[in-house]
Amino acid sequence: MTSYMPPADRVWWKVPVGRVELVWIALALLWCIIMFLMMPYWHVYGKQNLSTEAYQTTPAKFGARVQEMVDQYKVREEAGMPVVAPPAGSDIYLLGRLWQWWPILELEKDQSYRLHLSSMDWQHGFSLQPTNVNLQIVPGYEMVIQITPDKAGEYGVICNEYCGIGHHTMVGKIYVKE
Amino acid sequence: MATFRVCPDSGFYFNRSAERLIKVNAVAGVVALLIAGILALGVVLTRWQEVHLLSPQDFYLALTAHGINALIFWIIFFEMAILHFASSTLLRCRIATPGWAWAGFMLMLLGAIINNVAVFQGRSSVMMTSYAPMQAEPHFYLGLILFAVGALVQVLVFFGTLVVAYQEKTYEGSVPLVTFGAITAAIIAVFTIASGAIILIPTFLWSLGYIGHIDAEMYRIVWWGLGHSSQQINVSAHVAVWYLIAGVLFGARPMSEKVSRFAFFLYILFLQLACAHHILVDPGVGTEWKIFNTSYAMYLAVLASMIHGLTVPGSIEVAQRQKGYSKGFFEWLRKAPWSNPVFSGMFISLVVFGFLGGITGVVMGTEQINLIIHNTIYVPAHFHATVAVGTTLAFMALTYLLIPVLFRRKVILPTLARWQPYLFGGGMTILILFMLGAGTLGVSRRHWDMDFTGAAMVFEYPGMAYTLMAIAAIGGLLAIVGGVAFLLVTVGSLLFGEKLEPSAGFLQSFLGKALAPSAYAVERPEMLPRAPKLTVEEHGSAGFEAPGTFALAMLLLVSFVVYYFINWKYLASVWPLS
Repeated sequence: MTSYMPPADRVWWKVPVGRVELVWIALALLWCIIMFLMMPYWHVYGKQNLSTEAYQTTPAKFGARVQEMVDQYKVREEAGMPVVAPPAGSDIYLLGRLWQWWPILELEKDQSYRLHLSSMDWQHGFSLQPTNVNLQIVPGYEMVIQITPDKAGEYGVICNEYCGIGHHTMVGKIYVKE
Repeated sequence: MATFRVCPDSGFYFNRSAERLIKVNAVAGVVALLIAGILALGVVLTRWQEVHLLSPQDFYLALTAHGINALIFWIIFFEMAILHFASSTLLRCRIATPGWAWAGFMLMLLGAIINNVAVFQGRSSVMMTSYAPMQAEPHFYLGLILFAVGALVQVLVFFGTLVVAYQEKTYEGSVPLVTFGAITAAIIAVFTIASGAIILIPTFLWSLGYIGHIDAEMYRIVWWGLGHSSQQINVSAHVAVWYLIAGVLFGARPMSEKVSRFAFFLYILFLQLACAHHILVDPGVGTEWKIFNTSYAMYLAVLASMIHGLTVPGSIEVAQRQKGYSKGFFEWLRKAPWSNPVFSGMFISLVVFGFLGGITGVVMGTEQINLIIHNTIYVPAHFHATVAVGTTLAFMALTYLLIPVLFRRKVILPTLARWQPYLFGGGMTILILFMLGAGTLGVSRRHWDMDFTGAAMVFEYPGMAYTLMAIAAIGGLLAIVGGVAFLLVTVGSLLFGEKLEPSAGFLQSFLGKALAPSAYAVERPEMLPRAPKLTVEEHGSAGFEAPGTFALAMLLLVSFVVYYFINWKYLASVWPLS
């Protein structure tokens, strides 16, 4: 008479379903549809959506473009790392490698930038704190997203994809000026 | 030749070959759980920043081995035991090709040992996911491949056993619901192992130097066809275990065979789409693809879990009400056997899986919300709710049932056994809740040092993050104590428990009449009959059969809705991106 015996009725698929289950299935299905529609809704009305712009690349090619930006817009150095202040609206680059995010970016509040991200070696995790934006950085792929920093301050870029023994030392920096 | 024995307490028929296979698979699983538990101690005490026990080398090694032993070896070994139980034992038939099943088991054992050796040698601390181009030693991959092949062989034997049962007409009508759930798990397992082969074999060849390059993004997409789908085997298997325990302890029958089976069928159709959940913030993955897959095609697999979440406790409620526990909304639940770990383990598993595992899984698997959660410690919090409580605790509950029924031993230390599910489930719940909080503050998963010692740049987490991680660690320690209690009780019972011949012991008060004992004296068990038809009075379909369960389900839905929109609000506060 139980769940581990064959169904009592030979044609069990014709036994009517009870009210409790029917009401619950209807409510749950409605909720599922609402959740599904939230995603396209956010693409239209929300401000946090991930672009799908991406290119295949190589570490050499990507590294050269980052270097180009650094040469052009470097404003100072901090702990041996260049600080770069590219103009608002421009293409900016950040590379991840064992174990640093390079270089330091200095951006302006409420301006948009096209941020290019890639890895020179293994996979890394771009975790921008404390605003809390997390992206997967995959070698061989260049991801391009448009960012608009909306609060001034000093942000940390933590690696949150395990990348070996020095993983915890992989911390970068982004400054946002008023 | 007589090859069956009937368990006098439960009435289950055990085929001799099947019985041994169930035992060895279950025992191998528990050994893996033991290893995983010991390693968990190192992980917990390192992530508790004030203690910070292990060196980075040891921490990443321990984390890799903990993940693989807990998430792969323990669970899949135990699932093989469940498959043989759900086919041979429940259908009262001999096992098809026991030799092949043994070969499969030995391969799994060999693979598990080789993989563990590779990890403990120290040059394969690549985490369970082993993301290319980070490379492990070749035998790391070889161990996993052997394990997967062995599992596939045992799954095929399971299908063979179903054919045997059908052809030899050992049961009447359609297979029982529990067996149907096991079939669901087995079908998903085939898909899972195929994905594993597609990615791990080339990766193995790459580690040997025969292949020059593994595309890192392709690795992620295909690997998660293995990584996430294997968790869907667990869901199907532990839902089947919930139904089984409801049936054994309460004589509960499914509220509707049609609804429960349809929900399992939805798992087969849609659960494997979940590999998308891991690549929501990856480069170059299309928006439409993400929306369709991340929602399991409009959340139909979520719908399936919500259905089981109602029908499992609902079936218990109906059975309890028929026994007279029908006062108010919740007398049926208050009068449930809360001191029996078979029940408490199963029920805690169900509640934590639904309220914590299910809700957080959908939230973080939402395309845009994943931006604020990906790779934070929120992720392990989620899967400890689904796998460490949902699956593991359900399997622990089943183990308490199997000790007297399968191993014919009385459970020792009954007081400890009674508290064990509360210790383990409670500790895990604390761990989960506080890791969810820390994840929301951006704390990274798989990370040795929240202080970033030695980094050229400075970043400080808010002080609250440290507090949350410390409380999570205390919850983790409690769960480990619960795990130790489980191992003490189970291993102790197998070694020192009183032999049950013919006494009924531990479960007597929850089971029906005892049958006469006789070891393997049965040549051919009686055909497994259909469940008896309900009389008109018993059939409650006219009324609202399970109001208490429905109220609990509404509580789940309201929590779900509120928490879901809180996360959208949080997302709206981060930097605009497009």
